[in-house]
Amino acid sequence: MPDSPLFIAAAIAVIAMAIAVVVAVGLKVLRSFRELGTDAERATYKTLHAASRAGQHLRTGLNPAGAAKASRQLRSLLGCDALAITDTTGVLAWDGAGEELKPLLMELAAGVLDGGHTAVIPAGEVQELAQGKGAVATRPEVERAAVIAPIRTGTRVVGVVAAFAPAAGAGLVRATGEVADWVATQVELAELDASRTLLMEAEVRALRAQISPHFIYNSLNAIASFINTDPVRARELVVEFADFTRYSFRRHGDFTTLAEELRCIDRYLLLERARFGDRVQVSLRIAPEVLSTVIPFLSLQPLVENAVRHGLEAKEGPGHISITANDSGAFAEVTIEDDGVGMDPEQLRAVLAGHADGDHVGLRNVDARLRQVYGDEHGLVIETAPGEGTLITMRVPKSQPRHDA
Amino acid sequence: MNPVVGIAAFAAVSVATAVIGFYGLRISRTTGDFYVASRTVRPWWNASAIGGEYLSAASFLGVAGLILLSGTDALWFPVGYTAGYLMLLLFVAAPLRRSGAYTIPDFTEARLDSRVVRSVTSVVVVMVGWLYIVPQLHGAALAIRITTGLPAWVGQVAVVAVVCVTVVAGGMRSITFVQAFQYWLKLTALALPILFIVFTLAGSGTPAVAAASVNPTAVAPAGLYQNISLLVALLFGTLGLPHVLVRFYTNPDGQSARRTTLIVLGLLSVFYLFPTAYGLIGRMFAPVLAQSGQADALVLLLPGQLIGGAAGDLLSALVVAGAFAAFLSTTSGLVVSLAGVISQDLFGGSVRGFRWAAVISAVVPLGIASMTGSLALAGSVGMVFAFTASTICPVLLLGIWWRGLTDAGAIAGMATGAVLCGGAMVAGAVLGADGPPSWLAQPAAWTVPAAFAVTVLVSRATRNRVPRTITRLMTRLHTPERPLVTER
Repeated sequence: MPDSPLFIAAAIAVIAMAIAVVVAVGLKVLRSFRELGTDAERATYKTLHAASRAGQHLRTGLNPAGAAKASRQLRSLLGCDALAITDTTGVLAWDGAGEELKPLLMELAAGVLDGGHTAVIPAGEVQELAQGKGAVATRPEVERAAVIAPIRTGTRVVGVVAAFAPAAGAGLVRATGEVADWVATQVELAELDASRTLLMEAEVRALRAQISPHFIYNSLNAIASFINTDPVRARELVVEFADFTRYSFRRHGDFTTLAEELRCIDRYLLLERARFGDRVQVSLRIAPEVLSTVIPFLSLQPLVENAVRHGLEAKEGPGHISITANDSGAFAEVTIEDDGVGMDPEQLRAVLAGHADGDHVGLRNVDARLRQVYGDEHGLVIETAPGEGTLITMRVPKSQPRHDA
Repeated sequence: MNPVVGIAAFAAVSVATAVIGFYGLRISRTTGDFYVASRTVRPWWNASAIGGEYLSAASFLGVAGLILLSGTDALWFPVGYTAGYLMLLLFVAAPLRRSGAYTIPDFTEARLDSRVVRSVTSVVVVMVGWLYIVPQLHGAALAIRITTGLPAWVGQVAVVAVVCVTVVAGGMRSITFVQAFQYWLKLTALALPILFIVFTLAGSGTPAVAAASVNPTAVAPAGLYQNISLLVALLFGTLGLPHVLVRFYTNPDGQSARRTTLIVLGLLSVFYLFPTAYGLIGRMFAPVLAQSGQADALVLLLPGQLIGGAAGDLLSALVVAGAFAAFLSTTSGLVVSLAGVISQDLFGGSVRGFRWAAVISAVVPLGIASMTGSLALAGSVGMVFAFTASTICPVLLLGIWWRGLTDAGAIAGMATGAVLCGGAMVAGAVLGADGPPSWLAQPAAWTVPAAFAVTVLVSRATRNRVPRTITRLMTRLHTPERPLVTER
């Protein structure tokens, strides 16, 4: 790199800035230490801090990784020699001394898991059991008593918290019970999280668009009208119809690529043109860069269907639909525009908000799925007015490593 | 040289770029030719686009200048620039295309399941992009100064302005076609004049001024260590260049990503024949340029010097146009991909945010470029490759091929690479005057292994942080996907 004085000056400036930042942060940390408050306040803070840290780790449920991190916090909370967390089948985490007792823990906890009551096992008994099993203590002179408290969610016991200390005083027993109850709350929260995710997935699945019964009925009628007059065309249309239904009834995956969705739209329009003839004119402008973009399954076809149904069907004379797909930075932008009868914005707003049942359920469905999958800022943008046609814009991120097409 | 020539050539290239960018896509289709409209980019087009984006000022001007200065040793540059694509073909192209992640930060976030890794990668990517734009602007400054006699900053500001305007106004909509056009423009701009020169020299029987093997300056040739280090930097650096990776998403699937890469290898090999020829002829017929410190301008000056007259002016105009195509295409490709990263991480991905991000990603390097003096173009681009190779490359390669990579390992590796390689660059600049020792001037040979080692060791130490989604992700990266059907 160049060696001009300016460059050196810039380097010096950067270093000076770095030093300034470090000093500022250091001063801030020092000051915050001075302002920590009384001993009682500090103790409260320490307890709550440890609890909240442990809580974060337990938010994914009772699993070895989370339990290992949480047990460290909880042991410092209880001030015992060792702390273990188990589920109903095995030890998830052991923190602290006396690891040689680990294989015995499930046996010690069996009663608690069955009965659901806290058990206190005196030091002598633990030692006896250990010797009986041939577990060799690294430091036999240290004897530890165990307090084992059940983790209860609802009526089930899902695991235990076990604390080991030289003596199991009433304080430790009570505190261990409280910690176990607190862990149970976190586990319940985790279960709540999991069921919320399931609910969201179920909702997306339920919203997954179905092709409209009207369309099936109309298409079959249109095909029927060709059977005598133009059997070849009728045959072609039946094949298209079969392909279209195959795509829209497919079971796997909630996502597809823009290219596949466009193919589906092409088939759909072929069938519609069998009905409307030249009244439906379509133009396309697709940037090849976005063809492989992943989009929710059947998210464009309902928009085109809406344009045909509500934009052109009610209109006299030919109607024009234009579909564009553009590369726009990190997003792909798809627009569908028709010059049909348009909609009343207020009514449309009510339909999209779910307050009114209107003709535009397809739009609401797509809008809801887009918001569900990509967040609220990715809902449909619809520009329309009565008699002025409709322009629908959809913006999806090109990068979706979590979604398989 | 006639100043009008340079200005006219620059204006013509800028207008052509903007016009293709805006109108390349304006062809509307009816449903009759639906499948023409929804056809994916063919590997040939896409390969040309990658070539157009990749061949920067370093390739267009720098390589010929280096060959003039140091002879066959400089051939390692074109070899490395091209062979980097072999690495990309073998190790990265198809899995990355399958990952569905659009940028390197997206990939690391998905692979390691961590927001922090994403932020760190974004910072590194933006740094790499800025560092890479700087030499392009130095090239523009050089070209403007040599061809028109205007002050150097005019060239830098002009390139940044053109790029900003086209990107912000949405002129990069059909970016694939713009970049493909730039490749063929660059190739023509180099090939035509040199063929002309060769035939003229052969026809008139002009005797060579010096033998091709004579070193025109007193600078010592590079040693074995420097060549190895350079090759490491170029081979591994290509893997992590932000603007190159984005292009692969235009391919419909992993297989066509591989085919595209293969064609790119061919296109680059053909292209590099010509800068080499310029360098060689420069050594034989115009060694004066090396002594007067104008080596990087060799390509621009040679047609005028050896042919002269109206024909010389026309050929010079063509070369200048090609040079600006190189600055514009690489800079705009970088600005678009940097703006994508910045807007997503800083502005939440809005359209306005993207425009602001585009301006930021073009103006910051302009500031750096105007503060620093230009050094040999190929050399400073080589430094950027070394930086990329020691930061992004380990994370990318290990992320694709090793299940054990963890977020902590990735961050530690990137930090190590950035500190070591960045430190070597700064130290080299400070020592600059008396020439830094070769291990500082070409740090890749030790910084790249160090970054790999740190990444692996820290990942091993934090084994329990391997994301739980790893099996699903690895399956996705390495198994063939369903083909993207666009034909009936």
